[in-house]
Amino acid sequence: MSACHVVTPTPVARRSGSPLRTAAIVGPPNSGKSTLFNRLTGLRQKVANYPGVTVEERVGRVHLPGDKVVSLIDLPGTYSMRPASEDERVVELVLTGRMPGVSRPQAVLLVLDATNLGRNLALAAPVLALGLPTLVVLNMADDLAARGGAVDLEALAAQLGTAVTLVSAARGEGVDTIRRFLEGTFAVPARVELPVIQNVPACRAWAGRVAERSRYRAPAPPVWTRRLDGVFLHPVVGPLLFAVVVVALFQAMFTLARPMTDAVELLIGASGQWLAAALPASWLRDLLLEGVWAGVGSVVVFLPQILLLFLLIGILEDSGYLARAALIADRTMAKAGLQGKSFIPLLSAYACAVPAVLATRTIENKRDRLATILVAPFMTCAARLPVYTLIIAAFLPERRLLGPFLGTRAAALLSLYVLGFVAAIGTAKLLKSTILKSDRSPFILELPPYRWPTLRSLGLRLADRAKVFLTRAGTVILGVAVGLWLLAHLPLGVHDMGASVAGTLGRAIAPAIRPLGFDWKIGVGLVTSLAAREVIVGTLGTLHGIAAGAGASTVGLQAALRSDLTIGGAAALLVFFAFAMQCMSTLAVVRRETGSWRFPALQFSYMLTLAYAGAWLANVGVTALVGR
Amino acid sequence: MTGPSAVVIAAPMGVRGTLAELSEGESAGVVALDLPDAIAQRLMELGFLAGCRVTALRPAPGGDPRVFEVDGSEVALRRETARRIHVEIER
Repeated sequence: MSACHVVTPTPVARRSGSPLRTAAIVGPPNSGKSTLFNRLTGLRQKVANYPGVTVEERVGRVHLPGDKVVSLIDLPGTYSMRPASEDERVVELVLTGRMPGVSRPQAVLLVLDATNLGRNLALAAPVLALGLPTLVVLNMADDLAARGGAVDLEALAAQLGTAVTLVSAARGEGVDTIRRFLEGTFAVPARVELPVIQNVPACRAWAGRVAERSRYRAPAPPVWTRRLDGVFLHPVVGPLLFAVVVVALFQAMFTLARPMTDAVELLIGASGQWLAAALPASWLRDLLLEGVWAGVGSVVVFLPQILLLFLLIGILEDSGYLARAALIADRTMAKAGLQGKSFIPLLSAYACAVPAVLATRTIENKRDRLATILVAPFMTCAARLPVYTLIIAAFLPERRLLGPFLGTRAAALLSLYVLGFVAAIGTAKLLKSTILKSDRSPFILELPPYRWPTLRSLGLRLADRAKVFLTRAGTVILGVAVGLWLLAHLPLGVHDMGASVAGTLGRAIAPAIRPLGFDWKIGVGLVTSLAAREVIVGTLGTLHGIAAGAGASTVGLQAALRSDLTIGGAAALLVFFAFAMQCMSTLAVVRRETGSWRFPALQFSYMLTLAYAGAWLANVGVTALVGR
Repeated sequence: MTGPSAVVIAAPMGVRGTLAELSEGESAGVVALDLPDAIAQRLMELGFLAGCRVTALRPAPGGDPRVFEVDGSEVALRRETARRIHVEIER
């Protein structure tokens, strides 16, 4: 079996004329479309084992020899061209050229899983019926060969009337042949007999005949997947491993990320000191050091920790374990009126609510989808981490709880994650029993085989995340940091920060937040964190006049916080951040996905109310428990 | 042979039931899907077609949902959905 050439049927009807400019990748979920897209474009793109994780329309550029560029659209995974879900509607609209703002692709790469050709070929009927030049890419060639499967490419090409190639996108084998295909002029598929494309049984029967005539030998069942499922879905061991995975994830975020965070902090401190020495004393130097360096630096130090979180979630996702986790979680989700498919967006919301809201597009039931969108921001996103880490480190001494496995700080962090989860589930239950009441929707989840995550896919994802984070640090966070520094130092000549514009503002809202145990500085932080949660860290640094040049900035900030907040106030601040909706990007994406400001407004006020009430309870409760 | 006996011969082998009655390792042939159109379509796309063979694999740790092998892939369904899929159980 050769994975290195394109087999075309004969005779080939060559299409003359203009060179190719746009092509689309189509395929069922789990066929490895996104992996192939990454291979061809080198662009960032989320790759996972979940059916339907590719919900956004993604476009990349394939550079070909001779300065030729083809723009490639990665379409959502689809089992048929029946426009039932929003994903499938997108596929249909793009391929028929009816999607506003997207020109109709001139060619199609139809990616199919070679290890399950019978079922996958059913999609070939509606795609070939479009009449667009098509290359059928049989992916997972390595799996097919390893498990003893085989297919006659010449026979398949003749049956389909179009070009066929066998590749392994994960290993990069055969990907160059696709490039060569994109370079050439495209052949329109020869006319072959196709079934009625809206009829699923007819398409499947046709696919079965095509596979049979192509001497397709289905591979043996994946032995390792069965063995691993015997462990991960075991009645006793399964839930235990689930718990171990979750606890290990959070422990790693504290222990493994520590040295990296320290190194970044050292770097920022050293460069700040160098700047302080190099520049003459002036207000500009103060702005640069206390505003820009300290403000942006205090957030950038958390980059290693956030990347580690994305790396670990990425490994779980790409390996196929997350699909099993969704299966284990389905019963819990059902109790909240949701289903296992809501678990996938909710889990990605641990990283960031924005992609989570987009990932809800795979949920067919509108009310389930809306409920998932509304509760997703309760899940502890990466932007809360810097705030949590800082406050926990400032107020909670590190002690061992479960030997080397769990310390007090990791346990505190873990309980904040649980708090967010409980709030999400409780709110979902409330929504599903009131304004979003609907019949229980079914849980249908295809479980992909376990696979080794590839370094390439993980690396692309991390590079993407780092870029997003640093862009945010360079724009929103930089803007807020500079603006705040100015407000904290105006009017000119003000020495007591409490008398500055920022101080006046903070004092104005201070009475409202006093019951929570917050002073005016925290108040200013709450206001600036409306832009993005992590901004509060830099804000507090600026208000305490801590410059990056002064050495380890977060240690200084911890000490300053201890003078500002009581234990009760610290607990209240944690609870406030767990519940409040302080993220403009999420509000914007919810508005886009729900089509009006109604739901984001409801979400914002509900979460703010809950945050205020929760923080007040935490302040009163903890103060009563441990004193001031 | 005529009449009733011909009917007996023409009837497929196996016990009529639903997918929810299968224990681990048992197989059955799909007869009909008693589900709303949208859900039935999705299940058909995944291979739950009349005449197709389904094998029950592991359940989730709580006993529900259960994983089924169908048409070369593994699909998890809740008991409430499996109960609406009529099958001929191979016994």
